[in-house]
Amino acid sequence: MSKNDIKVALIGNPNTGKTSLFNQLTGLNQKVGNYPGVTVDKKQGVSKLSPTQNAIITDLPGTYSINPTSLDESIVLKTLLNNDIKASPDVILVVADIENLKRNLLLFSQIKDLEIPTVLVINMVDQMHRKGISIDLSLLKEELNTEIVLISARKNEGIKEVKEAIIRCHVAAKASPLCSIDSKIDPDYFEKLKEISPNFSMYQLWLMVTQNNFPESITKEEKEKLLAFKQDISKLKKYQHKETIYRYQEINKILKKTYIIDKTKATDLRGKLDKIFTHKIFGYVFFSLILLVIFQSIFDWSSIPMDFIDTIFAQLADFAKNNLPTGVFTDLLIEGIIPGIGGVIIFIPQIAILFLFIAILEETGYMSRVVFLMDKIMRRFGMNGKSVIPLISGTACAIPAIMATRTISSWKERLITILVTPFTTCSARLPVYAILIALIIPDTKILGFLNLQGLVLLLLYFLGFASAIIAAYILHKTLKIKTKSFFVVEMPNYKIPSVKNVFYEVLEKTKAFVFGAGKIILALSIVLWFLASNGGEDYKKAEQSVITNVDNQNLNDDELQQKIASVKLEKSYIGVLGKTIEPAIKPLGYDWKIGIALITSFAAREVFVGTLATIYSVEADDEDTTTIKQKMASEINPDTGKKRFNFPVGMSLMVFYAFAMQCMATLAIVKRETKSWKWPLIQLFGMALLAYVSSLLTYQILS
Amino acid sequence: MSTIATLNIGEIGYISEESLDFIPLKLLEMGCLPGAEVELVQIAPLKDPLYICVNGSHLAIRKETASKIQILKASN
Repeated sequence: MSKNDIKVALIGNPNTGKTSLFNQLTGLNQKVGNYPGVTVDKKQGVSKLSPTQNAIITDLPGTYSINPTSLDESIVLKTLLNNDIKASPDVILVVADIENLKRNLLLFSQIKDLEIPTVLVINMVDQMHRKGISIDLSLLKEELNTEIVLISARKNEGIKEVKEAIIRCHVAAKASPLCSIDSKIDPDYFEKLKEISPNFSMYQLWLMVTQNNFPESITKEEKEKLLAFKQDISKLKKYQHKETIYRYQEINKILKKTYIIDKTKATDLRGKLDKIFTHKIFGYVFFSLILLVIFQSIFDWSSIPMDFIDTIFAQLADFAKNNLPTGVFTDLLIEGIIPGIGGVIIFIPQIAILFLFIAILEETGYMSRVVFLMDKIMRRFGMNGKSVIPLISGTACAIPAIMATRTISSWKERLITILVTPFTTCSARLPVYAILIALIIPDTKILGFLNLQGLVLLLLYFLGFASAIIAAYILHKTLKIKTKSFFVVEMPNYKIPSVKNVFYEVLEKTKAFVFGAGKIILALSIVLWFLASNGGEDYKKAEQSVITNVDNQNLNDDELQQKIASVKLEKSYIGVLGKTIEPAIKPLGYDWKIGIALITSFAAREVFVGTLATIYSVEADDEDTTTIKQKMASEINPDTGKKRFNFPVGMSLMVFYAFAMQCMATLAIVKRETKSWKWPLIQLFGMALLAYVSSLLTYQILS
Repeated sequence: MSTIATLNIGEIGYISEESLDFIPLKLLEMGCLPGAEVELVQIAPLKDPLYICVNGSHLAIRKETASKIQILKASN
């Protein structure tokens, strides 16, 4: 980022195509960072405005006004109140949708009054004709006293003009308020407010008072004066109402002269589709069908690329083994790094498919209908219709899901959603379930078309949702938090999802997983390899003791080597660790090897498969590197002489993974979002206890 | 007393001036203004929330909020 770059903030109502414009402007030059001090994702990208001029574009969360009611929206306010030269935007792009221009102009009028150079971008103009809309552009520019660009972000039309307008607006650097709210409401009152600080516009000062949100650059003295305005709360509230009504009056006046809509041309597709999607029976049937399709396809579609990735990494390890000189680094590569990376890459198909569906549901506008259908039900469990989105996103990863709760304005409803989201079956559990299901459930079809393995997986998803709902109910009845719940959701027009937007969404989420959770998995794989190939005195003596043991005299060479490797693993650091917890987990049907996998899973669940891969490839040192599934299938329980991963053990493990809070990254996010260690610790211990008891019952009943 | 919550599906009313103090700022900002025409589009299966159309905005609000907003019914 160079000094000359123009800092542009992208603001707009939800569903106006703001993200489409962002993607068109920045293409692949985008990254997700964090706002300092808060955890809201900051999407930024670089756009080449002209051969000599770049812009840093920040995509702010969608909002209907700059008076926030949720954490997400407060980011917009914070950005706009900041007058620090390094962080404050030089130019603001307000994105509006041609069809809802009136409501979009409310936000525009508020932003214009901040006296920051602003460009109005009106999107979806390709629909104008079809919807019977016509506007007088030059008059509208004059009345609103602003640059206006008409675009169609999906069709990539008008993007060049937006870039030119940014430069023009930046050079002109003129900004004047649109609605002089002071003169209409109470001139004396606002005059006094204005006198407090010369560094901020009157409207910025007004927002600080009404929203109780002060930028760092404000002096203590100024802040005290502003706080004095907060004395009369009812007056503030009254003036805010007056302000909004006045703004709408002004907007109506302007639109009367410049905006014509011929309603006879409008086709009511939204109305017709809503009759089906929000129907009291078909609505739920349709929603269930969508969920079923999603989960079936995760299991069906991803199996081919996953098997492929599995095989590739096994072959890669074999290749390295046969072609590299033996030594500690080759060992690290074959037994630590290659299976570690393979363990990350293998989830990509499932994560990508899930986010593909979620992105499509959000993009089409269907997700709002789900919120509408589910609000009453969710409220009974202390949540909100909007909690459905985190709970569904939780099936991909709890981290973005918990961040998605920021749109919920009631703290209690939001907290409950955060606390129960980790119960939903995230994709990190998927490889654990997938491998266990493949081991204990036969691959047959029932009723001719339903894959039995897929059905068991579906049941596990239901178990996840059901436990989330039950836990929410208990929390709802026990948590004594009084907050006002306010709920309003827009039901946007149905849209065909933009391929580009869906692609970027899937890419962004998959990248976040690979580089976020992936780092933990790879690091752990290396640590595990180290712990498994080193040990105390017993470990060093292991080889000698096996050879000198009389019982082993009549073993052939291969068998002897196998025996040595197995004893070595048992005596290694990790073996000792697993052995230590074995008494505690034996009632659940697990041995010390599974114990090792359980311990490492508290860093991240998916490490389970990677750990077993490492353990078994360490153990079967001199055999060909077969795939992990085959190795687990041939593992024998020495107590019974039968398969280790039999039905009761597999079920018990799946139940354990369904309930236990085994993800350090999620705990860290919960801590940041709830601003205390109390809630993540309650989650960790509560869920661990539940997992232990449930698995114990499962194993004891089934065996 | 007629409120948004007492409308039937497809029925239209006009938000009364007296309601102003009871309309949350957020709804006001989304176009739910005194004098505006409001149509009840759909009621969720469990009788709550309500799906309304006001000033070109299609919104879902809870019954609790809707029952505080008085309306004048369109003359038949």
